[in-house]
Amino acid sequence: MASELNSVDLRVSIASLNLKNPVMTASGTFGYAREFEPYVNLHRLGAVVVKGISLEPRFGNPPPRIVETSCGMLNAIGLENVGVERFISEKMPALQQANVPVFVNILGDTLDEYREIASRLAGIEGVAGIEVNISCPNVKKGGVAFGTVPEMAAAVTAVVKENSTVPVMVKLSPNVTDITVIAKAVEDAGADAVSLINTLIGMAINHRSRKPALANVIGGLSGPAIKPVALRMVYQVARAVSIPVVGIGGIETAEDVLEFMLAGATAVQIGTANFVNPRASEEAVEGLARHVATESLGSIRELIGGLILP
Amino acid sequence: MSQFQKKTQITRIERFSSDIVRLTLLAPDIASIAKPGQFVMVRTGNGKEPLLRRPFSISQTSNGKHFQILFKVVGRGTSLLSHCREGEFLSILGPLGHGFTVDCQRLNCLVGGGMGIAPLLFLGKTLSRVCPENTPLVVLGARNREELEPLVQDFHELGLNVHPATDDGSLGHHGLVTDVLKKLDLGDDCEMFVCGPHPMMTAVHFFCRDRGFSCQVSMETSMACGMGACLGCIVPVKNGAYAHACSDGPVFDSKELLWQVS
Repeated sequence: MASELNSVDLRVSIASLNLKNPVMTASGTFGYAREFEPYVNLHRLGAVVVKGISLEPRFGNPPPRIVETSCGMLNAIGLENVGVERFISEKMPALQQANVPVFVNILGDTLDEYREIASRLAGIEGVAGIEVNISCPNVKKGGVAFGTVPEMAAAVTAVVKENSTVPVMVKLSPNVTDITVIAKAVEDAGADAVSLINTLIGMAINHRSRKPALANVIGGLSGPAIKPVALRMVYQVARAVSIPVVGIGGIETAEDVLEFMLAGATAVQIGTANFVNPRASEEAVEGLARHVATESLGSIRELIGGLILP
Repeated sequence: MSQFQKKTQITRIERFSSDIVRLTLLAPDIASIAKPGQFVMVRTGNGKEPLLRRPFSISQTSNGKHFQILFKVVGRGTSLLSHCREGEFLSILGPLGHGFTVDCQRLNCLVGGGMGIAPLLFLGKTLSRVCPENTPLVVLGARNREELEPLVQDFHELGLNVHPATDDGSLGHHGLVTDVLKKLDLGDDCEMFVCGPHPMMTAVHFFCRDRGFSCQVSMETSMACGMGACLGCIVPVKNGAYAHACSDGPVFDSKELLWQVS
């Protein structure tokens, strides 16, 4: 059975990048990947997406930064990260040894910052792709506008694309009126793929202290609670664009991955589930292989967009 | 650093009061390498609610096979754990984080409050073994006798004398552990090991700073992953920066952290 599962065809492609399977890890939930080495065989994953990197290091928001909610969690980390220079010198060497494609998630407050980060990452060995974060809800500066105004989303995409040598995937915010408008805007601007959804903006209140549960007051909701919303948006975007769609939102198991692929996702990212079960991503790969084998599919690609509508 | 994700069997459940429970878990991989001050992340159920694991200090190991966690029921997660039965299995990640650093040449003083006493039992047991000529001082505080007495008993079984303090005076000193500390002869080369409510740790930090003592504190924060990925478990350090309780701690030199006088 083991050898049979190894021969199962789980390969998918994101533009010029060929992945051995569609399971990636979501930015901000998998550290810089090495944290998960005690639990996960990184080389068995389709790709990893590392914590969002800005031009300069950021300390992030004050505590409390996280709070559990029904079937999910809110976070307002505030994009704490080591900055692009230390990422390249301190984190990238270990990632180069890990034998897994690495997407670097990048973020900025201005177009110039996005341009600068993209050009510093260009040509760095081991960077397989760029994921552009235009949708983090937790910073007060211009970041949000990049994800909600189509022209600005397109401008960021074009700037990163011009300065990158690898496929560029743009991570979309669900906190918009019509996500397909943003998706089409970044596709037209040259994006090689879109990933969605980022967290939904939410809030929690402690009625005893009369205070918000997060110091930042609002935060991003993730986990199983948001899966139906994510699935709906992936379905809509996959019908609106012709570039690959990478599904994110409450994915824990191979069954969840299959649902997103049927809705039109070429690949997926596992996020919050990594906190609960650090082996979730690898277990999803194993589950997909079993599914393809038992259903006697030629490849997992047969399932992409294979939803049977009533 | 070795870490494991294991299904571990509950071999014993002790109920110390209406809401304080101690679980003994069979986990040789974890128990054989755990150090005082390290912690585990425990899944409280198999479903999606509650979703996240809960962090618990390792309160004791025995024979390199078992370890214990001690907790008070404060929410849904701990409530579910308190209703577990012997023989059931729990998913555990651990051992996690950096524990206490011990020096047998100094006067070691363990200061615990409430459930913060848990990791100090493990430390007391280890000190008794590795520094047999140097008996540590132990100062423990809690709300009342019902809460404190079973925990004091554990230290007595190690042959350690305890200076107790309770909020209501029902056991030992009526008041704060810092009142007790001020009356003890701590010499001039004392190392404090502190775990408890934040105001207590703040008071002990300033007490140590004024006396020139070293002070190691074990910090408790909310935490999603326990392994340095979520960046949720921060504690403020100097210059506006933050340390991460799970991967930089949970035990810190108190001088590294930012303390505010309340």
